[in-house]
Amino acid sequence: MNTEKENILRRVREALTVPAPHPGHHHHAAANGADEPISHWLPQVGAGFDAQADLFARNSVQLKSTFHLLENEAAASAKLAEIARAGAWKRVASHGDGARGPATRAMVSSLGLPALWTDAGYDVREMEQCDAGISECEALVAQTGSVLVTGRSSGGRALSVLPPHHVVLARRDQLIADLPAAFALLEQRYAAGYPSFISFITGPSRTGDIERILVLGAHGPKALTILCW
Amino acid sequence: MRITLFVPCFMNAMYPQAGMSMVTVLERLGHSVDYHQDIFCCGQPAFNAGYWDEARLVAAPVVEKLFADSSDAIVIGSGSCGAMLKVFYRDLFANTPLASQAIAVGDRTWEFSDFLVSKLGVTDVGARFPGKVTFHDGCHGLRELRVKQQPRSLLAHVKDLELVEMGESETCCGFGGTFSAKFPAISTAMGENKCASAAETDADYIVSNDSSCLMQIQGILDRQKEPRKKPRKTLHLAEVLAHQ
Amino acid sequence: MAAASLFSRQFKTDSKRVAADLRHRGLIRTALTKYEAARDLNKAAFQDWQGARQAAAERKWEAINHLDRHLESFAAKLEARGTKVHWASTAAQARQIFLDILREKGARSIIKSKAMTAEEIHLNDALEKAGYSVVESDLGEYIVQLRNEAPYHIVFPAMHLTRGEISALFAEKLGTPPTDNPEDLTMIARRVLRDKYITADVGITGANFAVAETGMVSITENEGNARLTAALPRTMITLLGIEKIVPKLSDLALFLPMLATAGAGQAITGYNSMYGGPRQPGETDGPEEYHVVLIDNGRTHLLADPEQRDALHCIRCGACLNVCPIYRNVGGHSYGTTYSGPIGSVITPHLRGLQDWKHLSQASSLCGACTDACPVKIDLHHHLLQNRRNAMSAKPTWWERLAFRGFAFIANRALFLNRLMPFARFAQKWFHWIVKGGPLDPARVWTETRELPPIAPATFTDLWRARQRARRHTPEAAR
Repeated sequence: MNTEKENILRRVREALTVPAPHPGHHHHAAANGADEPISHWLPQVGAGFDAQADLFARNSVQLKSTFHLLENEAAASAKLAEIARAGAWKRVASHGDGARGPATRAMVSSLGLPALWTDAGYDVREMEQCDAGISECEALVAQTGSVLVTGRSSGGRALSVLPPHHVVLARRDQLIADLPAAFALLEQRYAAGYPSFISFITGPSRTGDIERILVLGAHGPKALTILCW
Repeated sequence: MRITLFVPCFMNAMYPQAGMSMVTVLERLGHSVDYHQDIFCCGQPAFNAGYWDEARLVAAPVVEKLFADSSDAIVIGSGSCGAMLKVFYRDLFANTPLASQAIAVGDRTWEFSDFLVSKLGVTDVGARFPGKVTFHDGCHGLRELRVKQQPRSLLAHVKDLELVEMGESETCCGFGGTFSAKFPAISTAMGENKCASAAETDADYIVSNDSSCLMQIQGILDRQKEPRKKPRKTLHLAEVLAHQ
Repeated sequence: MAAASLFSRQFKTDSKRVAADLRHRGLIRTALTKYEAARDLNKAAFQDWQGARQAAAERKWEAINHLDRHLESFAAKLEARGTKVHWASTAAQARQIFLDILREKGARSIIKSKAMTAEEIHLNDALEKAGYSVVESDLGEYIVQLRNEAPYHIVFPAMHLTRGEISALFAEKLGTPPTDNPEDLTMIARRVLRDKYITADVGITGANFAVAETGMVSITENEGNARLTAALPRTMITLLGIEKIVPKLSDLALFLPMLATAGAGQAITGYNSMYGGPRQPGETDGPEEYHVVLIDNGRTHLLADPEQRDALHCIRCGACLNVCPIYRNVGGHSYGTTYSGPIGSVITPHLRGLQDWKHLSQASSLCGACTDACPVKIDLHHHLLQNRRNAMSAKPTWWERLAFRGFAFIANRALFLNRLMPFARFAQKWFHWIVKGGPLDPARVWTETRELPPIAPATFTDLWRARQRARRHTPEAAR
């Protein structure tokens, strides 16, 4: 394998001895300050919690995820119980090793349902029997209505994608403005050692592969609910 | 101003009235027009086919003659020939002795509607043309020369003319030079799509600033023989602007 | 020369057939109209789409023009987390790497998410011949796999099929009752694939981006099938071309929304995931082994062409396909090769041979819609011109060259040419109508489907001369 690595890199270096022109050189260039921060080009996001929560809420509607902004933890707990009843959940999966481990454990346990905890490993077939996966998250991204999760903070790789309903437990201070802020957060938090899995979840699973008609729940969750307090 | 008119080969042989219309409009605006009878083609066919040496056989004399030409501007009634002179001559003559002359010629060259609006600052040429018109954006003019608003500004000031936009005004008509002969089935399909989009506007006239596009579109219209009281016709922008 | 004729003949036959297929035309038009509306909405939401394109183009320029450095960083960071990084110069080497891994792991069941690079190297074929069964998990890919077909489009593999056709396919291959409902059809696939996810011991993915700074692979999707492929099996393998590099993790903040907008008309796709290694100490799940296979397969050949190097900036969004009038009329399969549309026409000569594949560069009107649509500003339509020039320089077609020389001879004698016009007019008027449209017509390629305009009774030169004569004789007229 080393030989091919050296072959490829050698060919690359040889090829690059002749410089290529910069983009936008041809006839009508349009170089307008490409060193500017990415936020300058992306869709605009207002400043402050209210504007951003409002944007996140509007995005959620469009994405067909359900976003509940709640008063406090008790209200969140109550809402979770309500969702569990409405979905006739019999079994849930969750994790107790997140940033708010004990609090999350308590909230999930208060449902009074059998729960699978991913903390120390789990049986995939058992998770497949669960009606919902309840996880924490790294952040909520207002600009896109996305939930940022990692394998380290959010219960692993499968919890947020295998069960048919994914419920996210988020705090108000986890709401951030945009994608550049999200990557800055990841760098700040994990530059010393990144998790092996990071994901931006934007809405429930979907496909348009059949005649470009939107269908939810193609493989991942059919429903995504975000509880934020 | 003293203007040299460059008449593309198509226009010369098949649509001379479009060329004369340009002369009429420019003279009406008080300018004098000259024309090199010994220039026939910009060299694009060979260039597009990849035969750049052969293209230079045609284009080099053009560059030399137009470089020696002392008029104030060279005006071409075609987006594709205009693009050839303004954009592609740079590539064709790069690293040849005529490189700087080719660039100089290109810099003095204008597509007709762009000349009127951007150079002369004129949008009302005193024209009258009763009829419902839709405009087809020839690709080279649109994407190489950024001609989009200029024809529309001119048409907006033509008395009694009703301008309607077709959904696919910017979609290629399918001509593409030798492409129309090498891949006739695809070319025809593209032309049919263009005609269908024009038909949706129910315009009487399909107008463009490129006679090669008009040749393609008219060719399909004539074959289709659409049952319409007044057959849909193609017309060069200059012909509309010359009309009074 | 015989092989070149084969590919270009196949293209001519298929493209001619599909271009005349009005049902196909309607289907594609419907699909792409929806996409266009969504794309325009999301482009408009950007504060500065053109600025974003320039920024994306510059980041890709940095990635590709310092590719060796970035590849080394990418591999080193991955390896530091326990990933096994493999390098393949050719498709055959890449296939062998896969077979070696599968044999070593005693693989029994393989689940795969969408990877155009895997199509490029015909991976599924090779695995199946070696006795492995590979299941495509992306719905569109699953559908075309059942049909034994290649994907129709880089992003929408089953764009060319109606729900009726898919229903019939499922009925035939899976024994499911026919249904007209896209949701029911999707749920059938979901049920079937569920078990495959859980039982698969190897998951194979592609990648959209390779982050050099942090050693991560970025995968963009909507369904969640790639996430499951990366979560459950014990061994995960990612295949990607060496050109997928982006320099920094933060660059993804620009590329992910641009890919989604240009490619799918979405602000951002449903799942954008970064993978940097196998399960790390302290992580609760994920593959025990992670392999990343980097492939060249002709990319360094394209890299060595500074004029067209920017074709390697491609983020495989499919926007150029979506806007190309040729693609819309001939469909993805007519191209007869993995990468279709404008980008495919540009790069295939570099990856598979110029003389064999120059016809794709010729099958274009050079309208330039592709170049305008490209989120990373690749000069696509000019590259098609350059491919034509390169092909003809290397191997001119003798009669074409002769014809253009003849044309040059005449064109440079415009005054003489003008005197030939009456003959041309005569021939057209008196003889052409006899042969028009038929096998003896020299203009048959035109007249088969279109009318030819008449050569004008007087050329512009004639009219000009007449006018100049008139003015000389009546000075008042020449104001």
